[in-house]
Amino acid sequence: MTTYDVLFTIAGTISVAAALLAVSTKHLVHSALWLIVSLASLSGCYLVLGAEFVALVQLLVYVGAIVVLVLFALMLTRAPIGRSAEHDTSRVQRAAALVVGAATAALLASVLISAFGNDKKRVNGGGTHLLAARLFGSWVWPFEVLSALLLVALVAALALARLPIGPRGDADGVPR
Amino acid sequence: MIHPVLPMILVGLLFGIGLYGVLARRNAILVLIGVELMLAAAGLLFVTVGALTSDTLRAGQVMTIFVITIAAAEISVALGVILAVFRARGNIDLTEAGESE
Repeated sequence: MTTYDVLFTIAGTISVAAALLAVSTKHLVHSALWLIVSLASLSGCYLVLGAEFVALVQLLVYVGAIVVLVLFALMLTRAPIGRSAEHDTSRVQRAAALVVGAATAALLASVLISAFGNDKKRVNGGGTHLLAARLFGSWVWPFEVLSALLLVALVAALALARLPIGPRGDADGVPR
Repeated sequence: MIHPVLPMILVGLLFGIGLYGVLARRNAILVLIGVELMLAAAGLLFVTVGALTSDTLRAGQVMTIFVITIAAAEISVALGVILAVFRARGNIDLTEAGESE
């Protein structure tokens, strides 16, 4: 066990435990809050792997923006406060989902381990300066297309929010 | 120096947990949380492979930044759809989705 191994194991264990709680808790809002814990400790894993810029982007965008959006959506859809069994599917389907999830995890992990082996490897993080040079050098056109994608997503979300829809039978689909 | 087994196990576990979340939840927002976990697993795989191989383009980290950006776009549109469904139906229960009353 090297220092990297120990640090990665700590952050990864927190991440997996919080992810398990996020998909299994009966409280709606707790689920989003456990997602914050899981993604924040995942950014710790990125730090161990030498990707400090990605770790900070993860913290800012995921934890700062995406989870806050999810919390807003929970509030706007009048999420019930407190325990509720309404959020889960039936027991049979949850058992099937558990089998599928465990099988997928085992398959992915075994394929990836057999592809990369278990020899100790040097962590080749690079550094933010090199990353910036590549991001605005070789990758600049995909980067620009992504900014267009974000603009399209913004307009689409706005258009969806302005759709003239109400409860069924309210106006029989006639725009108000 | 790091053993590649640890990140790979974490990738598998996070993806499996996310898949379980997608399949086992009825609330549409909780399904989205499962999707976020699967996307996080994909990003971790990119970063791991980028850190363990020598790549002059730094594709692993750049791709992860792109995946995070696309996830932000995806979640904003998805939450817009969920709010539209909530306004139309009064709930966001996926087991009742697609059924007419």
